[in-house]
Amino acid sequence: MKFLYAAYAVTWIIHLSYLGWMSRGYRRVRQEMRELEERK
Amino acid sequence: MKTKFAAAGLIALALLAYAFYLGMFEAPTEATMGNVQRIFYYHVPSAWTAFLAFLANFLASIVYLAKRSKRADAFAVSAAEVGVVFCTVVLITGPLWARPVWGIWWTWDARLTSTLILWLIYVSYLILRRFSTGGQTPLLAAALAVFGFIDVPIVYMSIRYFRTQHPQPVVAGGPGSGIDPVMLKALLMNWVAFMVFAAIVVALRYRLERLRQHVEEAHALHDEQADADHVQFVGDVTLPSGRAIG
Repeated sequence: MKFLYAAYAVTWIIHLSYLGWMSRGYRRVRQEMRELEERK
Repeated sequence: MKTKFAAAGLIALALLAYAFYLGMFEAPTEATMGNVQRIFYYHVPSAWTAFLAFLANFLASIVYLAKRSKRADAFAVSAAEVGVVFCTVVLITGPLWARPVWGIWWTWDARLTSTLILWLIYVSYLILRRFSTGGQTPLLAAALAVFGFIDVPIVYMSIRYFRTQHPQPVVAGGPGSGIDPVMLKALLMNWVAFMVFAAIVVALRYRLERLRQHVEEAHALHDEQADADHVQFVGDVTLPSGRAIG
């Protein structure tokens, strides 16, 4: 059973890590957009 | 837009929860492997979803090569990234199943090796996009994607063409193949759930890539404007001799 639990856990760790990375990407892009707005 | 994503996310969550229930509790326990066989309900749908994501990347790359569309380029990179994520799941859940069933984590048979090569091809694609500079990056990446996709049918057919340690296909595998109808239901339900989840993630990633493209365009425009202002400024300078520069 430990291999089954490990497989299911690893699957969601990978997906959630990717979503977290994407969320950081959104924050960075929004920050850059704000800086561009300020420069105008 | 946010409400649409939230609604789609809730639908995906409900589907994933139902598919998890089917795979863990409703599908019968396999006679020889026991409960570890249930890894199959995550491993196989993840592989099929990765193949579809790479197909989407292939089609978008062809559109980019034909039309130089920035939207197609954004879609191509989004699909490739999601494909790599699902392919990573396949490459990790596979050995977690193999260790208790085969007694080894890995073997260099045709299916496993071609899947690892597939993962490496698309990781190379993403590295190329991330670290190369210059305006030709999307073009080079699209060309790599078109040739890289050749490995997808090789991976899919490898267990049909070669004698492999990897199990033979249980769905669309020809005479003698097949699984219990409840197992098939759990498998297909997990695939549908993962496809809905993948479609949402691709849509989110596509939106992020389009925002990045707009920011890059705005930066380029800003730099051009700064250069033009600089030339204007130099042009306004008058030399002591009375001649203006520019």
